[in-house]
Amino acid sequence: MSAVTSPQPPVLAAAGQHGNTAHSDGGWALVPVQTRSERFTSVDPAAFDAVTGLEADWKLTPVAIVRPLIDGVLDGSPYQYSSTETEGTSLEWVDRSDVRVGAAGMPEEKASANAWSTFEKALSITLSGEETAHVTVNRSALGGHARAAHTLITAKPNSNATVVLQNSGSALLSENVEIVVEDGANLTVISVQEWDGSAVHLASHFARVGRDARLKHIVVSLGGKVVRVNPSVHLVEAGADGQLFGLYFADAGQHLEQRVYVHHVAPNTISRVNYKGALNGAGARTVWVGDVLIGPDAAGTDSYEANRNLVLSEGTRADSIPNLEIECGDIVGAGHASATGRFDDEHLFYLQARGIPEDKARRLVVLGFLTEIIQKIGKGDLESRLLEAIEIELGGVAA
Amino acid sequence: MSTLVINDLHVSVETDQGTKHILKGVDLTLEQGSIHAIMGPNGSGKSTLAYTIAGHPKYHVESGSVKLDGEEVLDMSVDARARAGIFLAMQYPVEIPGVTVSNFLRTAKTAIDGEAPALRPWLKEIRGSMEALRMDKTFAERNVNEGFSGGEKKRHEILQLELLKPRFAVLDETDSGLDVDALKIVSEGVNRAKANTGLGVLLITHYTRILRYIHPDFVHVFVDGRVAEEGGPELADRLENEGYDRYLTGTSVG
Ligand SMILES: Nc1ncnc2c1ncn2[C@@H]1O[C@H](COP(=O)(O)OP(=O)(O)OP(=O)(O)O)[C@@H](O)[C@H]1O
Ligand SMILES: [Mg+2]
Repeated sequence: MSAVTSPQPPVLAAAGQHGNTAHSDGGWALVPVQTRSERFTSVDPAAFDAVTGLEADWKLTPVAIVRPLIDGVLDGSPYQYSSTETEGTSLEWVDRSDVRVGAAGMPEEKASANAWSTFEKALSITLSGEETAHVTVNRSALGGHARAAHTLITAKPNSNATVVLQNSGSALLSENVEIVVEDGANLTVISVQEWDGSAVHLASHFARVGRDARLKHIVVSLGGKVVRVNPSVHLVEAGADGQLFGLYFADAGQHLEQRVYVHHVAPNTISRVNYKGALNGAGARTVWVGDVLIGPDAAGTDSYEANRNLVLSEGTRADSIPNLEIECGDIVGAGHASATGRFDDEHLFYLQARGIPEDKARRLVVLGFLTEIIQKIGKGDLESRLLEAIEIELGGVAA
Repeated sequence: MSTLVINDLHVSVETDQGTKHILKGVDLTLEQGSIHAIMGPNGSGKSTLAYTIAGHPKYHVESGSVKLDGEEVLDMSVDARARAGIFLAMQYPVEIPGVTVSNFLRTAKTAIDGEAPALRPWLKEIRGSMEALRMDKTFAERNVNEGFSGGEKKRHEILQLELLKPRFAVLDETDSGLDVDALKIVSEGVNRAKANTGLGVLLITHYTRILRYIHPDFVHVFVDGRVAEEGGPELADRLENEGYDRYLTGTSVG
């Protein structure tokens, strides 16, 4: 099984023509739906219709499993975390009334609104140093009861920092993460999901990127029963640059989902989206949706998005759905690529012809495939730790 | 002294048009330390022979045998053949994203020797071989064959030949696409490997120019899936002058 959509030249489309239509393996269907920017938003879960599981943004998600996060009562109290921080950073709990709450975005679906309406305090991370600063927040003791969380990440003008959100242990969590990258700042946010096998995690990340500022956003999902991380990035000032990367490895029975949205609002903005996934084992399931909207004022936009999935066994399913909406006639480029396929047998043959046993050769090829994303992290200790974690995942790959 | 004996080998591939028979009874005996050149027209089955020896899954052996010191090679997995001492320098080496040359070489060496090489001597050996093949040391950190030029890919194949030290090497058009200097450098690499390890070589080529640097003990003319004539080095010169016409009468060219 293999399906490929190759990069296409930008096409002009009337607003509302490219819908968020879900289907398998990177095919295209043009169904009139409202433009992504007109999607309903609210911080009030009651304002959203009841979720049936048939909606475009839920139909690929195991709704029965995430139901407690959509409709249930959530514990919004501050949770336990540990952190490491370098100079030029600060970390504190702030009240709901803090002006930064709501600065980067608004919920687009009910579980996100449910978390938004119930968190008691937001964990606020502020980056102000011009020397490269690092913050790592470890959450490993959230527990199995339904929780809400809210995180605010603010990169002050011209700051330079990397924030790692490191998740492990058990969880039943719906959360919102707001990211504001002020003018000239250079921020990397890495969310690593290495949850226990029973964990359920829904996350919406909202980012606003300012003038000549850069956000590198990386989602790494390896562990958890159901993990859905949806980053939306708004490039709101000229020269804003959004680099969105992701890596996921779904084992038997695991559902890993990411719905990426890049909104080019201002002129001369750049985006690059590259997500890579591997699937192994019966019921391994991944979903990638990549919406790119180039707004009417975003002249000079340069955008490219890609998703590639490597299928390692029978009984898996990967959905890969790029959507490109272009409302501006004067852009530099907009392209996409989506491919889901098995191993390239020629790769295996070459490695085996050098004496490398088949199982080892397979692991080398998968690791090589995913390494491209790992190398974007730019933080050596985390890179090597994640490489090890992936090698452990690969231990389960049959020859 | 090892020998590789190919006996009445018949090989086919599955195509959209059905089964296609390519090798139609190949007989060939290679001794360690000797160099055999195979020359023949396009489509005569030379690469098929090379891939079949190495065990490429696309090629189906209908009958015949390939024995290394009496042991049936055709029963071995691809990697087991390499570990038994058979090496194929490929006509079109593939690119492998995300796997660096140094990682690849170390993994292959470890697999072939059954243990990891001692780090310092190994690094020294790689550096020495790369220098001799005029490969910049930055190649070690690049991904396998990714973005390599045609000539660089061929040097990389010979680098592996030198480092992995097989007993028999099949070189499939290693000389194609090489400029004069590279041809000499690559040939020296093959000759070094032969001098150091007593390598036996099956050299597939279209041109006699490489035979000026790598001197064949035997030349085999390959036509329509089998060996049509055998002789000494002088046969190569005759082929260069006369072409394959006199072998082709009565056979169809693919
Ligand atoms: N996978 C395949 N599908 C269809 N035909 C094939 C396949 N592999 C080989 N062949 C055919 O088998 C014949 C022999 O091919 P082979 O590559 O062995 O030739 P060769 O002697 O190496 O030629 P060249 O000198 O051009 O490299 C050719 O006609 C080729 O088209
Ligand atoms: Mg050939």
